[in-house]
Amino acid sequence: MEHTSILERLLRAAALTVIVVFFMFPIVWILLMSVQTNATILSDPPTLAFTPTLSNYTALITGQLDTQAGSLNIEFMQNLGNSAILSVCSVVVALLLGVPAAYAFARHRFRGSEDIAFTLLSFRFAPPLLVVLPLSLYFQDIGLADTYIGLIWVYQLICLPLILWIVRGYFEDISPDIEHAYRISGHSWLATFRKIALPLAGPGIAAAGLLAFIFAWNNFVFALVLASADKQPVTVGALAFVTASGIQYGQIAAAIVLAIAPTLALAIYAQRYLVEGLSLGAVKG
Amino acid sequence: MTVTTPEAAAAPRRRRRVGPKLLPYLLSLPALLVCIGILIPFFTSVFYSLQRYRLSQPWARQMNWGENYLNLLSDPSFWNTLKVSLSYTVLTVGVELVLGLGIALLLQKRTKLNNFLSITLLLPLMTAPALAALMWKLMTNPNFGVLSYFAGVVGLENFKWASSPDTALFTVVLVDVWVYTPFIMILLLAGLRSLPRQPFEAAALDGVPRTFVFWRITLPMLMPYILTASLFRMLESIQQFDILYAMTQGGPGDTLTVFQVEAYLNFFQSTNVGRSAALLLILWAITFVISNSFIKNWLRLREKARGET
Repeated sequence: MEHTSILERLLRAAALTVIVVFFMFPIVWILLMSVQTNATILSDPPTLAFTPTLSNYTALITGQLDTQAGSLNIEFMQNLGNSAILSVCSVVVALLLGVPAAYAFARHRFRGSEDIAFTLLSFRFAPPLLVVLPLSLYFQDIGLADTYIGLIWVYQLICLPLILWIVRGYFEDISPDIEHAYRISGHSWLATFRKIALPLAGPGIAAAGLLAFIFAWNNFVFALVLASADKQPVTVGALAFVTASGIQYGQIAAAIVLAIAPTLALAIYAQRYLVEGLSLGAVKG
Repeated sequence: MTVTTPEAAAAPRRRRRVGPKLLPYLLSLPALLVCIGILIPFFTSVFYSLQRYRLSQPWARQMNWGENYLNLLSDPSFWNTLKVSLSYTVLTVGVELVLGLGIALLLQKRTKLNNFLSITLLLPLMTAPALAALMWKLMTNPNFGVLSYFAGVVGLENFKWASSPDTALFTVVLVDVWVYTPFIMILLLAGLRSLPRQPFEAAALDGVPRTFVFWRITLPMLMPYILTASLFRMLESIQQFDILYAMTQGGPGDTLTVFQVEAYLNFFQSTNVGRSAALLLILWAITFVISNSFIKNWLRLREKARGET
């Protein structure tokens, strides 16, 4: 591979440029739109000669939207808060449930362990609506309709299998000998798990938790079916906002930017963990 | 980056009892409870699919066994759903595989630039699919959308993107490709970088042509990764809801009513719970068959790949 010709290098560079432009353009363009006034956005042809304005963001943050039909109250910040509550709580619950279970699956072969593990994995293959639509009919009866708790429980559909599979892989990579030695020197089982296994699998648990957070944040269909307006995360809120605000395109763009910023920032900040979690979860799972 | 090679994954697991017999059961109990909590709605769905059940006519609710399924099979709209779902799946996974493999090959060398680019390309994957659809909706708006403007520049006047039945499928496939190609790219990049080097060094020494190396060495060795990536993508793609619903709600007309969108509309618009559940179960059966045949092949291939190295 050392003898690359000039032509080949040029072709490679050209191909990479096209790829980067294709994948980055929408994000950059929405960012640009979010700091433009509607007048700039509607100018034909599209122009890059404009003075950036933060008015779209201030409108969203204060919740006061001026339309031709008068002023409109929007709850977009509440959607952001809902997304944060739902994602963080779902990941915490999934870690509390999933990490011990992953440890059990990695260290013990017990009757039914494979069945449980496989059932959990198979949820990844079941259509989400298959589970969520019947729930919408009887959430009312069990008092979970339109509560954060009900939603967080449903979010376990995404978070738990992910954490279980990735963390199990990490536990399996740790040699049990260290734990065994620690046990022999008289420590309890729980101390071994806390002092040895958890710290060693720490990076893996972090990777799994991050991925689960991003998947939870990005989820759309659960809340669309089960949540009323005041519990909706940004994914559903943004769609409602598009229909409600009509032609306030700058504000729609700003709303989208605010909605995708957290996951993109996380992705950039913790990219190594993410790549590890993604590849391991997929290759081993 | 640590990626488990097939060899490592297949290493025999040592069995050691680290605690009392009941402990593993206790530890996995919460996970088991969640399992059961999810299985209940699943079986409820099976039950609903065997009923004549409309939310608008609760008094007429009764068992009708397989009638919902038979009605679906004789309904042209169901065959349209099947056709749209399958075309969407084949198109998205096909394009994403070729593109993802191409990008992974371009970024194979571990240079600073390549690592930076592979992280940059990860960003679409971290964007919520529903929001990605809204982004593209803004960009393809006929009045001010930058992509509509570009289409006009290259001579496609009045290119309607998602609002015309002729180009709607193309548009949503484009969004899906934008979001999910990085997923395949990341997996295959991990695969490429974990391949053993000897065969490639030997081929380079012997002056074997590069195309030959690609078809005869790289591809076969990558096969387990390619299969895993396509399995994951197929299962997600045939069940895709977010992108299609956020973009067009299944329209224009019934051009984009894939399984889950059709089931959603059946449930909330025509309030036909039985039919919606039957649709979803057929979808589940399809995914089940796909994943099973894939897993069989994957195991066989892993054996083969291990036999060769």
